[in-house]
Amino acid sequence: MSIGHALLGLLESGPRHGYDLKRAFDERFGHDRPLAYGQVYSTMARLLKNGLVEVDGIEAGGGPERKRYAITDAGVTDVESWLAQPEKPEPYLQTTLYTKVVLALLTGRPAADLLDTQRAEHLRLMRELTRRKTAGDLADQLICDHALFHLEADLRWLELTSARLGQLAAEVAR
Amino acid sequence: MSGRLAYGSAPAPAPAPERPAGVRVWARDLALGARFAAGGGREGWTRTVLTAVGVGLGVALLLLAAAVPATLNSREHKRQARDTSAAAYVAKPSGKSLLIADVGTVWHGQQVGGALLKAEGAKPAVPPGVAELPGAGDMVVSPALRELLRSTPLLRERIPYRDTGTIGHAGLMGPNELMYYAGSDRLTARDADYQHGNAKRITGFGEHITSDALTPVLDLLLIIMLVVLLLPVAVFVGTAVRLGGERRDRRLAALRLVGADIRTTRRIAAGEALLGSVLGLGAGAGFFFAGRQLAAHVTIHDISAYPSDMTPNTALTVLIALVVPLAAVAVTLISLRGTAIEPLGVVRHGLGRRRTLWWRVLVPLAGLALLVPLFGSVTGNDAHVNEYQTATGAVLLLFGVTTVLPWVVEAVVGRLRGGPVAWQLAIRRLQLNHGSAARMVSGVTVAVAGAIALQMLFASVDGQFVHATGADASRIQATVNVPAADARQAAAVTEKVRTTPGVARAYGFTDSRATQPDAATLRDGQDVAYIPLVVGDCDTLRQMAEIGSCKPGSAYVVPSTDRFAGPSPNADLAKYARPGKRLDLNVGPTPYRGTPRLWTLPSGTRAAVSRTDPRGQRNWGVFVTPEAVDASRLADPTTVVMVNLDPGTQDAVEYLRNTGAALGPEAQVSSVSNFTTQTQYAQLRRGLFVGAALTMALIGASLLVTMLEQLRDRKKLLAVLVAFGTRRTALAWSVLWQTAVPIALGLVLACAGGIGLGAALLAMVGEAFHVDWGIVARMSGIGAAVVLAVTLLSLPPLWRLMRPDGLRTE
Amino acid sequence: MTAPAEPLLTATGLRKSYGPTPALDGADFSIRPGEVVAVMGPSGSGKSTLLHCLAGIVRADAGDVRYDGRSMAGMSDGERSALRRADFGFVFQFGQLVPELTCLENVAMPMRLSGTKRRAAEKQAALWLDRLEVADVAGKRPGEVSGGQGQRVAVARALVSGPRVVFADEPTGALDSLNGERVMRLLTEAAHDTRAAVVLVTHEARVAAYSDREIVVRDGKSRDMERAA
Repeated sequence: MSIGHALLGLLESGPRHGYDLKRAFDERFGHDRPLAYGQVYSTMARLLKNGLVEVDGIEAGGGPERKRYAITDAGVTDVESWLAQPEKPEPYLQTTLYTKVVLALLTGRPAADLLDTQRAEHLRLMRELTRRKTAGDLADQLICDHALFHLEADLRWLELTSARLGQLAAEVAR
Repeated sequence: MSGRLAYGSAPAPAPAPERPAGVRVWARDLALGARFAAGGGREGWTRTVLTAVGVGLGVALLLLAAAVPATLNSREHKRQARDTSAAAYVAKPSGKSLLIADVGTVWHGQQVGGALLKAEGAKPAVPPGVAELPGAGDMVVSPALRELLRSTPLLRERIPYRDTGTIGHAGLMGPNELMYYAGSDRLTARDADYQHGNAKRITGFGEHITSDALTPVLDLLLIIMLVVLLLPVAVFVGTAVRLGGERRDRRLAALRLVGADIRTTRRIAAGEALLGSVLGLGAGAGFFFAGRQLAAHVTIHDISAYPSDMTPNTALTVLIALVVPLAAVAVTLISLRGTAIEPLGVVRHGLGRRRTLWWRVLVPLAGLALLVPLFGSVTGNDAHVNEYQTATGAVLLLFGVTTVLPWVVEAVVGRLRGGPVAWQLAIRRLQLNHGSAARMVSGVTVAVAGAIALQMLFASVDGQFVHATGADASRIQATVNVPAADARQAAAVTEKVRTTPGVARAYGFTDSRATQPDAATLRDGQDVAYIPLVVGDCDTLRQMAEIGSCKPGSAYVVPSTDRFAGPSPNADLAKYARPGKRLDLNVGPTPYRGTPRLWTLPSGTRAAVSRTDPRGQRNWGVFVTPEAVDASRLADPTTVVMVNLDPGTQDAVEYLRNTGAALGPEAQVSSVSNFTTQTQYAQLRRGLFVGAALTMALIGASLLVTMLEQLRDRKKLLAVLVAFGTRRTALAWSVLWQTAVPIALGLVLACAGGIGLGAALLAMVGEAFHVDWGIVARMSGIGAAVVLAVTLLSLPPLWRLMRPDGLRTE
Repeated sequence: MTAPAEPLLTATGLRKSYGPTPALDGADFSIRPGEVVAVMGPSGSGKSTLLHCLAGIVRADAGDVRYDGRSMAGMSDGERSALRRADFGFVFQFGQLVPELTCLENVAMPMRLSGTKRRAAEKQAALWLDRLEVADVAGKRPGEVSGGQGQRVAVARALVSGPRVVFADEPTGALDSLNGERVMRLLTEAAHDTRAAVVLVTHEARVAAYSDREIVVRDGKSRDMERAA
C-alpha cells in the first residue's frame, strides 16, 4: 500500500499539520498498525521534494511537527491517477483497496467506478488463469485454481463492498 | 402405568416409542395438521380450498341424494292433494260439489296442466293453492304459465280466460310448473256410465289411489341407480382428499427431520385431511343450498322443484357429516401406507414393482358371485329383491373396474413406443406415473360402466314400460278425438279441423260398435259378440283397409289381423256380419238396457283386408260410409280425426291444439310420436338423466382440479420447454393424450364392466342378453366429452403457466 | 476473442417491470458470433430478466433487441418461438430436463420440435451425449443421474440443434466446483468449436472467468466492464 498516496489523499480536504495527518491516518487506516512519526515526516519530505505538497506555514517553535502541509495541483493529479489505476490483482489486496475506497469517498470521487475497474482487472487475470488452466496439465490446473480461488475471494469482497458503498460513505462522512 | 413410580428412587422408565398416543397427543397432532392445511401460505391454502371444494361437491351430491326421498314425497303429496282422477262417481249435486274437466295441453313439448271448474253449490271444494274458485271465464294460473302466456299469443288464444289470480305453492309441484284452473259454465256432468257429459262431479280434491308400489324390477332399477350415481362420487371424494399429496409428503419429511415419528406424521396428515374435509362439509352445505336455490330456475325434463321441498333427510345428513370426514382420514391413512416418509425424503414402496392382477380380478368376480344366485329371481310382480346382496354385488362389480384399471393402464402404456413429441411426453409421463393416471379416470370409468349397465336394464324392460305405438309419423302427425254425443257432429268437427291453419289433410271418422241381434235376450254373464263399427267416407276408409271401389252407401267387413286376439273376433264377424243380416247398435254396459236398435248390413257388403292406419293401428270390424247407417242410432260414438300437418307451417300442431281446445273440454289432441312412455318409467329415466348430468359434471371438476394441480407442479418445466421454443399446441396435445389414453383404456374397461353388470342384471330379471351398442357408444361419448371439456378448460391455465414467469421462481 | 465481427445480438435501453418493481431499467447488451459474455450481478439485479429479454422469452416494456439484423420487438410470439427453436439453445440451473423422458430423448427433443425425425434426432443426440462425456447415461431418466451428468445432458440438449446463441442461466449453480468446472469447460469448448455465442448468467467469478467479456447488472442497469477498464 502506498502511504504517500494515502497521506496526499487526506490532505486533499485541506492543509494539515504532520501530527494531524498521522492521527487522521491512524483513525482511518491504521487500526492495527499506527504510523510512526518518522514515517510521516520522511514521506512528507519525499512528497515535498516531488512537488506534490507544499508547506503552508510553520508555527512558532520550529521542528518538523510544527509544519503545516497543503496539497499542490500536481499532488491532486497524482492522487487521481492512483485511484483510477487498478491494482495488480494479487492476494491480500484489501488494505490498499480499502484505503483507495475510503479516500475516494472522502474526496468525493466515484468509488463505484474504482471498484468496477478493479473488478474488471481481477476478472481479466482470472480469465488468463482459466485459459492457462484448460490448456495445461494437472499441476498447472492445481496452481491456477489456487490463484483463482483467492482472486475469486477478492472479487467477492469487491462485490460486497460495492453493495455496501452507501453505508461506507455515510460512515466516512461522519 | 402407575403415577407413583415416578416418585420412587428408581430412574423413571424411558417412554416406550411404540406406546399408543393419548387423546391429547392426537388432538395436538390433528391441530398441527389443520394448522399446516390452513397456514402453508398461498400454496397450502390452494390445496386446502381445492380439497374442500372437491369434498364439498361430493357432499352436495350426497345431500341431494339424501333430499331425493323428501323431494319426491313432497311432489307426490302435492300431486295427490290436487288429484281427482280416482274420485268415485257422485250422482247428485250438493253444496260442496263441483264439476271438473281436465283440459291439460302441450305447448312446444311442455306439459301445461289445466282444468275447467264449475261450482254447483254455495261452498264448493277448492283445489290446493287456490283461494276461491274462478268465475266463468276467469282463471287462476301458476306464475310460470302467466309468464309464458304473456309472450305467446297463440297459447293465449287456447287459454283465453281472464287472469284473476295465482296458484300458490301448495298447488304446484315446482316453480316452473305450467298450470291453470278456469271457471266454465259449459260443463255438464257425465252419467254413471261415463257418458253424455263432459265433466266429472267431485266433492273434493285429493281423491286418489295410492300409487302402485314399485314393482320388483323398478325396485332393482332404483337400487342400481343409487349405486351408479353415488359410487363415482365416493371415488371422487377419495381423489379430492389426495390432492396435493406429494407436497404434503415433502412437508411431513421435513417434520421427520426435526424429530417427529412416523405415527405423528400420520396423525398430522390426518389432521390436514380432516380440516379439508370439514371445510368441505361446510362448502358442500353451501353448494347444496345454493344449488337448491338454483333448482328453482331449472327445469329438466318438465321437472322443477321448490327449494323448500328439497330437504335432506335428517338421519342421512348426520350420517354424511360423520362419514365424510372419517372417510377422508381413512383414505389419507391408506394412501400413506405405501409411502415411507423418512427424514431425508419420501420413499414410495412398490415403485417399479409390477402390479399383481389376481386380487384385482377377485373384486369384480366376488361381485358377480353375489349376483349369480339372484339370477332369474326378480321376475313377476311379487318377487322380493334382496337389496343388500344386490347392492353389494353391484358395488363390487363396478368397483372392480377401478381395481383392474391401474393394472390395465400399466400393462398397456408400458408397451407404447415412439410417436411425435407430444405423444412421447404423454406416454412417458404415464409410464412413470400410471397410478395417478388410473386414479384420475377411475371416476369416469365407474360412472360410464354403471350407466351402461343401467341403460341395458332399462332398454330390456322397455317392453314392460314403453309401448311402441307403431304410429306412422310420416303419414299423419296428429289425431283429434272428440267423444261426440251426437255422431252427426263428426262432419262438423272434421271440417273445423280441416280448416285449421297448417292442416294439409284430415281424415275424420266415427268410431262405434255393434253386437249380435239377440243380445237383449241373452242372460247376464253370457258372452256377447263385440263388433267395432267404423263410419267414414271412402277416402278415410281407404286409409284403414284395402277396400277397392267405394261409393256412398258402401259397407265392408274387415277381419282382424291380430294374431294374439284369438279366433273369436273373426268368428263373430263370420257369424253375424253378413250382407243382409241384422246387427244391434244398442251396445252399452252390461246388463243390457233399453231396446234393441237393429240395423241391416247392406246387401252389397264386401270383405276387405285391414291395413295399418296413419295412427299405426290396425282396425277391424264393420266399415261403412255414412250413407249406409243412421248416425243418430250409434252407441257411444267417438269422432276421430287423423290429421296430416303441413310441414311448412310453423306451429301447425299448436294451431290444431287451439282448434281442439275450442271444440270443448272433451276434445283431445295428441300429436303422434313413435312411442308413448309410461309415467313411472319416465320419472325413473328423468332421475337418471339428472343424476348422470350431475355426476359427470362432478367428475369433470375433479379431473380438472387434478389436471391443474399437475400443471402447477410442472410450472418450471413448462417454462423451460417454452424457452426452448416448444409450440403451445404440442403441449396442449400432450395434455390431451395424457388424459385421453387412460380414459380410452378406462372406457374400454367400463364397457366390459358395464356390459358384465348389465348382463348380470338382465339375468336377474330373466331377460335375454342384449346390448344396445348405441347406448354404449353414447355413454362412451359422454365420457370422452368430459375429457375433452377438461382438456379445453385446462388450456387457459396452461397458456398462463407457459408464460416465462415460471423461469423467475429461482 | 476481439475480432471486430458484427454483433449478432444487441439490446439497447431495455426496460421491464414486473408489477411495480423494475427488473430492468435501461440495460444494453451486445454479443458477437462465437463470443462468450458473462452477465454478473447481485441476486435480484435483473440479470435473468436480461437473459429472458435477449432470448425473446419475455417482451421488454421498452427498448429493442436485434438479432441478426432483425428487431425482436416486432416479432409475434410464434416467430420468437420459432427463433428459439432454430437459433437458440438454453441451459438452466435445474429442473429443466423432462423427468419422464430418458436423457437421450431429452437431448433429441429440440430437434424433434423443429421437425426432425425421431431416429435422426436421436442419432445426433447420441453424438452430443458422447461429446459431453455422458454417453453412458443415454438410456437413464434424469432422476437416475447425478447433478453434474444431468447438467451436461442439458448442455448437450442446448447445443444439439446447432444454435447460434446459447443462453446459460446459472448453469453451474447447483453443482460443486469440480463438476461446475467440467460443465463450463465442455460448454465453452463446444460453443467455441461451433462458433456459437454464449450468454452466461452467473454470480460466480470462477464461472465468469470462462467468458471473453463481462457485463455487470446492478439495479436493472447494465455496465460493460470492458469499457470500464
